[in-house]
Amino acid sequence: MSAVTARSLKIIGCHACGMVCQHVDTDPHGVRCPRCGSSLHRRRPNSLMLSWALLIAAAVLYLPANLLPIMKTSTFFDGRSDTILSGVIVLWEEGAWDLALIVFVASVMVPLLKIGVLASLLISVQLRLQRGQAERTRLYRMIERIGHWSMLDIFVVALLVALVNFQSYAQVGAGPGAAAFGGVVILTMLSAMCFDPRLIWDVSDPAMQHARPHERR
Amino acid sequence: MNDADDPLSRLPAPDVAPRSRLLPSLIWLVPLVAALVGLVLIVQTYAGRGPTITIRFESAEGLEAGKTEVRFKNVVIGRVSTIELSEDREQVLVSVDLSKDASSVAVEDTRFWVVRPRADLGGVSGLNTLLSGAYVGVDVGRSDKQQLHFTGLEIPPAVTNDQQGTRFTLTREDLGSLNIGSPIYFRSVPVGRVVGFDLDENGEGVTLQAFIDAPYDRFVTRRTRFWNASGVNVNLDANGLKLNTQSLVTLLAGGLAFQSLPGGKEAPEPATENSTFRVYDDQATALAPADRIAMTVKMRFFQSMRGLSRGAIVDFKGVELGAVTDTELEYDPGQKRFASTVTATVYPGRLGRAYEQLRAREGGEDPAPEVLFQRMIDRGLRAQLRNGNLITGQLYVALDFMPKAPRVISNPDIRPLEIPTEAGSFDQLQAQIADIVTKIDSIPFGEIGGNLRDTLKSAEQVMRQIDTEVAPELRRTLAETRAAVEAANSSLAAPDAPLQQDLRLMMEQVDRAARSLRNLSDTLQRNPQSLLRGKPETPDEEQ
Repeated sequence: MSAVTARSLKIIGCHACGMVCQHVDTDPHGVRCPRCGSSLHRRRPNSLMLSWALLIAAAVLYLPANLLPIMKTSTFFDGRSDTILSGVIVLWEEGAWDLALIVFVASVMVPLLKIGVLASLLISVQLRLQRGQAERTRLYRMIERIGHWSMLDIFVVALLVALVNFQSYAQVGAGPGAAAFGGVVILTMLSAMCFDPRLIWDVSDPAMQHARPHERR
Repeated sequence: MNDADDPLSRLPAPDVAPRSRLLPSLIWLVPLVAALVGLVLIVQTYAGRGPTITIRFESAEGLEAGKTEVRFKNVVIGRVSTIELSEDREQVLVSVDLSKDASSVAVEDTRFWVVRPRADLGGVSGLNTLLSGAYVGVDVGRSDKQQLHFTGLEIPPAVTNDQQGTRFTLTREDLGSLNIGSPIYFRSVPVGRVVGFDLDENGEGVTLQAFIDAPYDRFVTRRTRFWNASGVNVNLDANGLKLNTQSLVTLLAGGLAFQSLPGGKEAPEPATENSTFRVYDDQATALAPADRIAMTVKMRFFQSMRGLSRGAIVDFKGVELGAVTDTELEYDPGQKRFASTVTATVYPGRLGRAYEQLRAREGGEDPAPEVLFQRMIDRGLRAQLRNGNLITGQLYVALDFMPKAPRVISNPDIRPLEIPTEAGSFDQLQAQIADIVTKIDSIPFGEIGGNLRDTLKSAEQVMRQIDTEVAPELRRTLAETRAAVEAANSSLAAPDAPLQQDLRLMMEQVDRAARSLRNLSDTLQRNPQSLLRGKPETPDEEQ
């Protein structure tokens, strides 16, 4: 399906003040809005590269996030440290399967899903696939919306650390896994932000047919 | 496309201003940093890990995978990671992740045990584990050889490798109330403890392992005697009642004590590690001088051995010379009666100075104790069973001189030496009482009783006869008597009774007769011739 786009009309809109001006094919890095002075770009600059970089960083941090304890509990009787999965297992074994499910979905599934979906979106854009563009856009909208929900674990840990602090009797502290996990969530959110969903559709634009993805702006 | 008509062509052109180009590829630093951070985190966590060891325990009671700690000197050096059954399902295999700095723990002679709350008479330990749960205790070995598989101890070791001291071997007949951890006292100061015990191969004794802490181990010399300090030693002497016990703990949990024999000119030389000592029953026995010479003696008694137990003392004038080791019943075909052979071990050295003097009297060469005792037997030494306790009937063997005892001729070369016996004083008394009883017994109480019964029966018969025959007769007789008396009464006592009248009449007549007689006599007095001449003329005056 072919559509009229700003590019085909050779115009460009300002993201900040909404002013539309003519597109000049000069050095794209120096183009600024005549009204507000914001830099003008048709697509987010370096979207794919930024997105990829952040996504890879998130994937790398996903390992320590799941392997290292996110919460260290020390009580009068004993001390223990829980990773995300061991927490889920403990919840499940204690019969709180609903809670276990929520934690599992929010803390294990969602980040993994986000990383997977973003990676597939980026790959599909680079391979210039034309099929399922509407579905892929829907996927993108979805992962952007659910992004911050995976901060659930971090919220719980943060709350417990603040609430449970009775010195030697009971103390809860955040483990190194929490930092990694927070990093995963933030990096996936940033990666999703950097990704420009318009790139999905650019392959259908005849004007962009032969352009290399990183040249499209 | 016409530019004038096209509203888009009237759009203003954007400003073109060069700006500093921030290298967009710098974004690749982010995953790099992330990878670095992740790596550092993981390395930090896993680098702290030492070797993983497995320990075999009988039971995993109180242990929890992922939770139970391994502590050395109460410092956590590892954590139990998994607990599983051994292949033969006899034991449990406990895997422990040691921390990095504790990797030197995994050497050959390291010992592991589970610290649980333990309360025994020796004290309470591991109380903190009541709340915190059990943990695995470690005694780090000194070996350099690394080992990853261990067999855990079921009870905590009484001595850990970092304790300074010396081990000794003690032998005893039985364990008594001793146990691992039982204290060992030196002059009432706890200086060591029992760290192990084992039955002898032949099952005839117990070997104990004792550990004496440094620096007290130097007090254990070759002259040291160990004795059992369990229980109470009650002394009743002229000074009053004396209660002697090492401590309340030994009273309940048992314990040992040691002390060196007094005297000795040479400086006491500390005993070497693993020297063997005998444990005596009490302090007096342990410190008794010279039990070196022991002599076995035999005695034959012709009385009941009831009350004579193994260990009963052999007493000589109040000196505890030895103890009974065995009693055996024998049949004497010659005398056709049973005899009890009592075997006893006697320590002549306990006679002290007397023994030395006896030996001196015997002359130059060292005479065997048997020879000395044979001399004493010739002079009348006899063994006698005496009552140590009248209530319980405990007997002891008393050796004493009995000058009146019949002379015994025995072969002095027979070993063990046989000491002739004499019936005990109590036995004599018993025999006398028995004699009396026999005499009483010979009185025919049955016959006497029968006779008595017969007599009583005939008496009863007589009585009955009296009752039925004599009594009515008697009553009748009485009634008749009364009637007779009444009749007599009426015939005699009544004023008008004929008898009385007759009597009165008779009396009157007698009176008259008497008067006439008087008259006669008067007449005769006055006129004695009247007897011849008759009556005078004037008789009237007299009438």
